[in-house]
Amino acid sequence: MNFFYKPLVEIQEFSLLSVQAIGNIALKPRYLADTLVQMDIVGVGSLLIVVLTGFFTGGVLALQTSSSLKAFGAVHLTGQLVSLSLIKELGPVLTALMIAGRVGSGIASELGSMVVTEQIDAMRALGTDPTKKLVTPRIVACTTMVPLLTVISDLFGLIGGWLVSFYALRLNSSLYWSTAVRSIDHTNALEGLIKPIFFGFIVGMVGCYFGLRTRGGTRGVGQSTTQSVVTASILVIVSDFFLSKILLELR
Amino acid sequence: MIAIEFDEVSKSYDGQTVLENFNMVVRQGEMKIILGGSGSGKSTILKMVLGLVKPDTGTVFVNGQNIGRSTEDELMGLRREIGMVFQEGALFDSLTVGENVAYRLLEDKSASEKEIEETVMRLLTFVGLAHAVDKMPSELSGGMRRRVAIARAVVGNPSILLYDEPTAGLDPITSRTICELVIHLRDLRNVSSIFVTHDLAAASTLASELAVASDDGQVEFRPEGQEFCLVNTRFVMLKDGRTLFEGTDEMLKSEQDEYIREFVT
Repeated sequence: MNFFYKPLVEIQEFSLLSVQAIGNIALKPRYLADTLVQMDIVGVGSLLIVVLTGFFTGGVLALQTSSSLKAFGAVHLTGQLVSLSLIKELGPVLTALMIAGRVGSGIASELGSMVVTEQIDAMRALGTDPTKKLVTPRIVACTTMVPLLTVISDLFGLIGGWLVSFYALRLNSSLYWSTAVRSIDHTNALEGLIKPIFFGFIVGMVGCYFGLRTRGGTRGVGQSTTQSVVTASILVIVSDFFLSKILLELR
Repeated sequence: MIAIEFDEVSKSYDGQTVLENFNMVVRQGEMKIILGGSGSGKSTILKMVLGLVKPDTGTVFVNGQNIGRSTEDELMGLRREIGMVFQEGALFDSLTVGENVAYRLLEDKSASEKEIEETVMRLLTFVGLAHAVDKMPSELSGGMRRRVAIARAVVGNPSILLYDEPTAGLDPITSRTICELVIHLRDLRNVSSIFVTHDLAAASTLASELAVASDDGQVEFRPEGQEFCLVNTRFVMLKDGRTLFEGTDEMLKSEQDEYIREFVT
C-alpha cells in the first residue's frame, strides 16, 4: 500500500506547491528584486555553460551527420540538419539538462540548507510566506531565462556547426547558412520556444520542491540536491516526448 | 488577560504521540519555562503557538485567535505579534546582522530607511552587539547569533516571545547574558513568553531573578527574596507529551516524583 501511497502524496504536494507558486504571481507582496536576482543567477550565471554546450553540440552534429549525408550525396543539407536538430530537440533539452545540473541543484541545496537550519521556519515566524519569497521568484526566473538561454544555445550551436562544416568539411558558408535558416519556419521556431518554457518551470519547481522537503541535516541536503537533479532531468526528457507529440498533433 | 491557551491539545507524527491532552495557560506578562527530555513535545508547543503546526485535537488560542481554525493569511498577521528565538538563532545566512534585525521592517515597507536604521541600532545596542551590524552571521559566535536572534524577535514590540533552548551549548557567562535579556523583556516590557530549555541553571536564573529599572533608566537584576517576590514565572515539566508538573521553582525542587528528581538533580 505504502508503495503506491507515498508517490501519490508526493505528486499531490508537488502539484499544490506548483499551483501556489503560480498563484502567487498575481498576489502581493511581489518580490521583484528577489526575482531579478534569481534571473541574474539563472540567466547570466549559466551563459557560459550554455554557450559551450550549444557550440560543441552543433559542431559534433555537423561532424557526425556529414558522413551519413555524404553517402546519400546530401552533404549540402548539413546546415538544415544541424539547425532542425538543435532548434527542435537538442537545444531545449540540453540547455534544460545543464540548467537542472547547475541551477536546480543550487536551488535544492540552498532551500534545503535553509530548512535544516530552521531559516524557513524563522521566515514564516517573521510573517513571510516562503513560497512567495523563495519559490515564486525562482520559478519565474527559470521559466523566463531557460527559453532565452535556449535561443543563445541554438545560435552558438549553429555557429559551431558552421565552423565544422566550413573548416573540416569544406562546405560552402552561404550554402550552410541558407539551408540552416530556410529550414526554420514559424512552427519549428515556436516548438523550440514552447518546450523550454515548460522545461524551465520543471527545473525550478523540482529544485524548490526537493529543497523544501529536506529532512535530516547536511546529509538530507545532499540527498535533496541529487534527487532534484535526477528527477528534473528525467522529467525534462519524458515531458519532451509528450510535448513533441502534442505539438506535432497541433500542427 | 490570557495570551496563550492550550486546551486538551494532542498531536502525533507518523503514529507517534508528541502531545497528549496538553493544557497550559500563559497570561499577559507571564513566563512559562518548559522542561522535558528530548522528544517530549517542547518544540511542538512553540510551533503550535506560531501556527507552524496545527493540533490534531484540542484548541490553541493565541491572543484570542483559534490557531486550528485560522487561515495562513490570518496566521501571518498573528505572527507579527509573536517573536521567536530559535535554538541556533536561525539567522538568514545570506543577510548581514543589520539586515537580519531589519528583516520584518523591510518586509512590511512601513518604515523609512532612517527609522529602520535607528531601530536596528537601538535593538543591537540592547543586546550589546551594535558593533556587529555589518557582520555576516557566519562571523559570529553561537552566543552572539542568539543575541542577534533576540534582537530580530523583538522588532515591532511583539506581545509574545518564544524561546527554543536559546542557552543550549553556551558558556555560563553568555548564558547569563541571554537570561538577563529575557528577564528584562519579561519584567520591564510585560512580554508573555514560553522558554523551552534543558538548561537548569538558566531556568533557575529566570525563576529567581527579576529586572528593576531605576529612575535614571539603569536596569538592575535582583534576586527574589523578602523585598521582591517573583510571581510571573512558572515551570511546566513534560514527559511523553503529557504535563508531569506545573508550578513554581520551589515546588519543583521539593517534588518527590522520581523522574522530576532525576531531571532536577
